[in-house]
Amino acid sequence: MAELIIISTLNGVLYGMLLFLMASGLTLIFSMMGVLNFAHASFYMLGAFLGFQISQWAGFFPAIILAPLIAGGLGALVERYGLRTVHKNGHVAELLFTFGLAFIIEEVIQMIWGKLAMDYRVPSLLDFSAFTIYATNYPAYKAFMLLFSILIFIGLIFLLTRTRAGLIIQASLTHPNMVGMLGHNVPRVFMLVFGLGTSLAAIAGAIAGAAFVTQSNMAALLGPILFVVVVVGGLGSLWGAFVASLLIGLLQTFAISSSWSLSKLFGTSFAPASGTILYDIWTVTIAQIGPILPYLLLVLVLVFRPTGLFGTRDT
Amino acid sequence: MNSAVELKSLEKRFGKTEIIRGVSLDVKSGERHAVIGPNGAGKSTLFNLISGRFMPSAGSIHLRGENITGLRPFEINRRGLSRSFQVTNIFPRLSVWENVRCAVLWSKGYKYSFWRNIDKLEDVRARTQEILQLINMTDRAEIPAGVLSYADQRALEIGITIAGGADIILLDEPTAGMSRSETEQAVALIRKVSEGRTLIIIEHDMGVVFDLADRISVLVYGQIIATDEPAKIKANQKVQEAYLGAAGHD
Amino acid sequence: MSSTIKTYGIWIVAALLLLLFPYVFSAGASLTTMCLMGIMIIFALSYNMLLGQTGMLSFGHAVYYGLAAFVTAHTMNWAAKAGYPIPLPLIPVAGAATGLFFGIVFGWVSTKRGGTAFAMISLGLAELVYSSSLILRSFFGGEEGISADRTKLFRVFGYNFGPQIQVYYLIAFWTLLCVILMYAITRTPLGRMCNAVRENQERVEFVGYNPQFVRFIAFSLAGLFAGVAGSLAAINIELAQASFVGAGQSGVVLLAAYIGGVAFFVGPVLGAIVVTLLSIKLSDFSEIWLLYFGILFITVILFAPYGLSGLLMMHAQFWRGPLGSKIARFGRLLGAYVIAAIPALIMLAGAILLIEMIHHVAQKGAEGANMHFLRRSYLTVNTRSVLPWVGGLIALFAGFFAFRFTWPTVANAWHKALLDAQRSGK
Repeated sequence: MAELIIISTLNGVLYGMLLFLMASGLTLIFSMMGVLNFAHASFYMLGAFLGFQISQWAGFFPAIILAPLIAGGLGALVERYGLRTVHKNGHVAELLFTFGLAFIIEEVIQMIWGKLAMDYRVPSLLDFSAFTIYATNYPAYKAFMLLFSILIFIGLIFLLTRTRAGLIIQASLTHPNMVGMLGHNVPRVFMLVFGLGTSLAAIAGAIAGAAFVTQSNMAALLGPILFVVVVVGGLGSLWGAFVASLLIGLLQTFAISSSWSLSKLFGTSFAPASGTILYDIWTVTIAQIGPILPYLLLVLVLVFRPTGLFGTRDT
Repeated sequence: MNSAVELKSLEKRFGKTEIIRGVSLDVKSGERHAVIGPNGAGKSTLFNLISGRFMPSAGSIHLRGENITGLRPFEINRRGLSRSFQVTNIFPRLSVWENVRCAVLWSKGYKYSFWRNIDKLEDVRARTQEILQLINMTDRAEIPAGVLSYADQRALEIGITIAGGADIILLDEPTAGMSRSETEQAVALIRKVSEGRTLIIIEHDMGVVFDLADRISVLVYGQIIATDEPAKIKANQKVQEAYLGAAGHD
Repeated sequence: MSSTIKTYGIWIVAALLLLLFPYVFSAGASLTTMCLMGIMIIFALSYNMLLGQTGMLSFGHAVYYGLAAFVTAHTMNWAAKAGYPIPLPLIPVAGAATGLFFGIVFGWVSTKRGGTAFAMISLGLAELVYSSSLILRSFFGGEEGISADRTKLFRVFGYNFGPQIQVYYLIAFWTLLCVILMYAITRTPLGRMCNAVRENQERVEFVGYNPQFVRFIAFSLAGLFAGVAGSLAAINIELAQASFVGAGQSGVVLLAAYIGGVAFFVGPVLGAIVVTLLSIKLSDFSEIWLLYFGILFITVILFAPYGLSGLLMMHAQFWRGPLGSKIARFGRLLGAYVIAAIPALIMLAGAILLIEMIHHVAQKGAEGANMHFLRRSYLTVNTRSVLPWVGGLIALFAGFFAFRFTWPTVANAWHKALLDAQRSGK
């Protein structure tokens, strides 16, 4: 039992950190440009596929460096030639543009790599058991992922708060016009931030793709959860994204490992008739409703705290 | 005379910054009351508090004796208070006619009806026409509001504010950016529409203020330093020091 | 008298056209296509009540469509089994009621926020419903869905609605009815205030309206009409599936409304027709037709944000003066468009060739080097030879530059047409 709790906590935190790696890039882009990048999960997927392909040619470690660079570069181009054009048509047009982008990225990936899962493997260097808890081996690769995402997170904080570039970014978040008048190239800052955000998503994909599944439906599966994270955390709040990511990561991980259901709890003595909706609800296990838990959380938060846990900015 | 709008020890803070630091004011029914003061004094914030856009940090607001503190803007508007905005706040892609008509609808009681043909509502049409004639824009009725000239947009802004027939009208710098002749027209319009109603007006143009107002309140650093008739305000030494300075001699 | 004819005339013409279409397009496949168009028209118009009218971008509108489809299938089965005298033509009322019910329930939660948050919430709710479809098997029927038999219901005048032509007239009736109702709603106080909320939500509060409540009612009504569309969809293919509530279905209606143009009432109608046609016909030419769909969508967003109807309406200013000069003016304009279209088509052909070849090389190695371009055996291309690659690149770049070269010609033609129209007077 304790073993299950520890493993689930580790996995939950890991999942949460991966979510946060993406949600932080998303929040950064949203805070700066007011546009929620619908294609953010698509860049995650792109990172995974690029990571896979490059690792086939040049090995794993070059892959996780090159994949985010390429994806980030693509992101910067998208901002420069796509978003900037649509910007004058308002927020709805920007959101629709990123929606169309997500659509296209998914189709291009399917066009090149097809619809089946890729054989993206954990590099043999990291393919051992890091430690053993009771009877379960915890893979070193997962420990590596956790460490890596924490390092990136620290790097991000350092970049934003201690470097000059970071200061300019922070200033552009709230006063783009003033920063522009001070002589900084604000459009270029926007482009860099978008590129940074998308490369964060891509690097999460490149390392997660090897441990989990790399397939062309990745973005469609993860995307909605990502948006739940930012809405629950509060649009525009990095801290909220952090808390919400961990919350959802832990919630889903614990749920999946549980086979409890109402029927198990109360026995079959007063079970509803088979073939009805009540029966379905009665017999469903918590593991089965794992995928919906984030959305249930969303509805709860909306009813009781519409601006999210740490909501700062209303759109 | 009855009280139209009464403010009791009103305070407003944004974070640690105090904008309104204890304002008490009683605007009488039927009065034309001007609020003047230097930039940053908190005049627009005061309007935002009265009209429900902001929640006060302390104190209370009363409309004809009823405590309206904390009510939503539409709840306050339905009680007969309407305000205009310093930065023109219209419906850009709707025509001038549509802009005014939207402001007329609630007052005629049609609420959220989705079963009545709006073009057949004669009272709505008549009132909209009346307002357009008042603000002198019947010839531009079909033009999208967003492409109007600045002065026309300001006139439309006033039109939207008065269309619902509110008897307490708040105008926030209605003549800002207008030329001399445009200002004269605007003042004539304001005088006409505030006939028999209560008017609270924020203005920087002293000519307009002394022309229109029955009483003037001077807001400086979030506090009212004087409320009195125009002549007495002109002579008030505190006011002269704080605000009018050399410009006080007209 | 003439204004009454103008007002009602267009609906009468529409009704006549709907009656006559099966005689003009009599092939079986055409009937099916028209049925699908009718359904999509209702669906896209209901979506535009949100996006175009009230400024609400929803990524989960298929929820009301799909749930209504399931309720319809269940209702049909129940009515047939119990022998109740409910004729098929009345079944869409159940769909409308379902759409309205869920529109109210979900709308109450969704419309608390606006803008981007609302869009994300609609996505989350849609995922919630879709994921529930795997759990609530009794309602959603698992992977097979819920099937129904439309011929088993109570018959009126002997019609059993087995033949597609009868289904067509059923759908045509409901389409016309819904279009008229949705148009009528735009001419009501609520309809006008929806536009006001779209334009300036804040100001709406200061003229006495609660913008959240306006959005809530618009949302519920949009759900009602989406429900009718979903119901007809279930009747049409005698099946309700989980994909009906999925993200894909929500995406299609968004595409249809936007490509058609959200600023004009008729926009989504155009969009629905175009999208239905494309989704049926494009797959005849390419396996990766969805990619082209996406490219079309992005192109519209970047270069024609007011959609097809917007492009058409831009020409309204040229519709002045006597008929002869109108025809001449449009003729000249068309000529300039044709001149620009030729390099554009070459550019497009080059791009498509390259994309298809990349796809072939990446995914179809097993089929060998030869590719049937556009799935036509008489257009075989050897992907291993350099020629088609070079040819494609040349077509793409040369076409692009030539296309750009023609832009001033079009601009001139436009300018001339404008002057000509102004001189023509009324």
